[in-house]
Amino acid sequence: MNQSFKSTLYALLGSSLVLSSAIASNRVPADVKLAEDQTFTYRILDEHSSLDPQVVEDVTGSEVVRDLFEGLMSQDSEGNLIPGVATSYDVNDDNTVYTFKLRDNAKWSNGEAVTANDFVYGWQRAVDPDLASPYQWFMELMSIDNAAEIIKGDKTKEELGVKAIDDLTFEVTLTVPLPYFPQMTTHPTTFPTPRAVIEEHGAQWTKPGNIVSNGAYVLTEHLPNERSTRERNPLYWDNENTTIDKTIALVINDENVALTRFLAGELDRTEVPAGQFPRLEKEYPGVAISFPRLCNYYYTFNLSDSGPEVFKDVRVRMALALAVDRKIISEKVMAGGQPEAYTFTPAAVAGFTPPTTEMASMSQADRDAKAKELLADAGYSKDNPLAFDMMYNTSEAHKKVAVALSQMWKQKLGVQVSLANMEWKVFLETRGNQDFQLARGAWCGDYNEASTFLDLLDSDSGYNDGKYNNEKLDSLLEQAKSSANASEIYTQIEELIAADMPVIPVYHYAGVYMMDSDVGNWPVNNVEQRWYSRNLYKIAE
Amino acid sequence: MISYTFKRVLIAIPTILVLVIACFFLMHAAPGGPFTSERPLPAAVLANIEARYGLDQPLWKQLWDYIINIVFHFDFGPSFKYKDRDVNDIIAQGFPISLTYGFLSFLLASIVGVSLGIAAAIRHNTWIDYLAVSLGIAAQALPNFIMGPILILTFTLWLGLLPGGGWNGGQWQYLIMPVIALSTSYMGSIARITRSSMLEVMNSNFIRTARAKGLPERAIIWRHALKPTLLPVISYLGPVFVYVLTGSVFVDMYFSTGGLGQSYVSSALTRDYAVLLGVTILYGALTVTVNLITDLAYAWFDPKIRY
Repeated sequence: MNQSFKSTLYALLGSSLVLSSAIASNRVPADVKLAEDQTFTYRILDEHSSLDPQVVEDVTGSEVVRDLFEGLMSQDSEGNLIPGVATSYDVNDDNTVYTFKLRDNAKWSNGEAVTANDFVYGWQRAVDPDLASPYQWFMELMSIDNAAEIIKGDKTKEELGVKAIDDLTFEVTLTVPLPYFPQMTTHPTTFPTPRAVIEEHGAQWTKPGNIVSNGAYVLTEHLPNERSTRERNPLYWDNENTTIDKTIALVINDENVALTRFLAGELDRTEVPAGQFPRLEKEYPGVAISFPRLCNYYYTFNLSDSGPEVFKDVRVRMALALAVDRKIISEKVMAGGQPEAYTFTPAAVAGFTPPTTEMASMSQADRDAKAKELLADAGYSKDNPLAFDMMYNTSEAHKKVAVALSQMWKQKLGVQVSLANMEWKVFLETRGNQDFQLARGAWCGDYNEASTFLDLLDSDSGYNDGKYNNEKLDSLLEQAKSSANASEIYTQIEELIAADMPVIPVYHYAGVYMMDSDVGNWPVNNVEQRWYSRNLYKIAE
Repeated sequence: MISYTFKRVLIAIPTILVLVIACFFLMHAAPGGPFTSERPLPAAVLANIEARYGLDQPLWKQLWDYIINIVFHFDFGPSFKYKDRDVNDIIAQGFPISLTYGFLSFLLASIVGVSLGIAAAIRHNTWIDYLAVSLGIAAQALPNFIMGPILILTFTLWLGLLPGGGWNGGQWQYLIMPVIALSTSYMGSIARITRSSMLEVMNSNFIRTARAKGLPERAIIWRHALKPTLLPVISYLGPVFVYVLTGSVFVDMYFSTGGLGQSYVSSALTRDYAVLLGVTILYGALTVTVNLITDLAYAWFDPKIRY
């Protein structure tokens, strides 16, 4: 392996890359007495969209797919990269050709061996225009040779830069070196899929009874909008280190009903409804838990031509950002342990510590004083108040935050804000058409690296709905891609954002759960919350 | 009567067609589409997806293909959201569930409601009347989205008697709470309508005549009063039957029954056009059928009505 690349990867992962086959963290500590019944039951908000690895796009579906299938690489409970079907990989000197060695004991649940051809089939499927996977963009992002051309329809899927050298050797050719490429192979889109089964059953292949998978679990039951059950796959290569026998996902749309059912003992895990964490934490210490997540929550100014003139004045943007009392939002409004946000990137991200901005080091009183001053400079006063519209998508929690923000601005700065909420799809369309003044935004990282957030403010980003356009920021992002020391550049970008304030960071998300105390090894330190049933166990009570 | 029924069925076809067309265009007029997402898809990816689902065709062509597929293949198309399933699958799975607890709720609401109403009317201004009226009003004031959480708190959390949700193939333990939650408010309305209708009938001339010729009270009620009393109840029961089958979204949400009501609402929110249209057609056909049955039932209950 190329040495400089290796060190980048180490830095990126924030921990060592384990390439031996036995993983200590999978094992149950010696002093733990395991429960008789190893069933883990959790609540999901909504039915999964699909269990086809190349088609699935939602979080709930991906959680099931990660249990049912296994890719080249996998993750331990902390989110570190560990071997999956591949036991090791080599990369050429210019970091564009990866050769993965597959283990010889990986089996499909029907007993057949998992081979490099299953990966070739799965990856070709992922870019196939006929399958029209919504995650085709991910294969394009992986920079696999010819992926973009195949998706456009200019080349056939057989021309994709993947090859089975032999049954246990899989080779990938990239168009550009990509430091986090091995990490990307933990994503469901890149999982192998069983050709014969798919050809036999068509779209019905993911139904229990039809489905054949290569992960630690097999799907045994699926009652749409009610539940799905996955049970231990005895043919999984690491079955002996797997403890949970059965994982059940229950669809419960209403979070308060889910909480009641949790308290009645029907569930091992559910989400805490917004605002209820302080009470539950007192009543159920150790069961109500909160930990940082890799997501941000912000408001974006419309800086495009259709946006209001006032927001083009940096003093106005800065004044509004300063007057937000994030402590109140965090502690009183959300009240679930959400960290206050002064930077765009959450501090929970791996390999980068966002800088302490000037605003973060001021007291709220100083911030308010400065906000008043800036707004007065910009020409607004009680007699000539600043007025604008702000919009958010319909939700109780978003409404609380929006009301709190508008009240802070009104009381401190005399600003008149009119609030509008919209149903999700209408909201996306309105924001996407720049038909707004100030709008809510939020993002959860696609991978654990700062660029997944900072890229959103690139002038070319499809998600940059505020149409912020800063050439310096764009060129810094470009530099970071090939830099050996990206985090220094990310610091500069965060400082640029703090000075220019194209968005108002409000808070960073927290995972706020009710988690039964007999669930062992829940990955609270995995900010992406990519969890695997095979890493969990149930403790005897 | 046969020719009347035949005529009604013939009228139903254009009615449903108009419903489909209106629903189709309204749906497409709503901002956002099935593939509008927080992460805008690259143009090439979106084009592939739209081609797969035929969304790249002009609207009239999409509508035409849709109708042709239903009429000739009985195929309601694929779901845009649940990619492993098609609309036929979703309806085949959810409708029997909605039908089961909807029908049971309907039976419970009608039997208890009518009995309460009659009891209140024949014991007018006694404690039975007051009790029945209070129960009826209380039940009516408890819509299913209030009843749902109350029932779960009581029977699942405090008493620990019933599972908090799920369907499990329709086992009785799983049926009790959905059926109660869905039926109470209709039960209350039915009791109220039955009571006032019965009171009116008991004061009418033909009942006075029956009394005058010395018929016992029981015979008066069963033979003469019941049928006319039930006429206004029946005109209310028709729509109630459709409501309990279609308006069950809260029951599906609170009790995770897997019924069709939840799919219907979520398909509207996610712009899952095919599911939304499929369920609309089903509900439309159901409404037309139930209305027809109600009208035919009138003729049986009221000798003055002839078709």
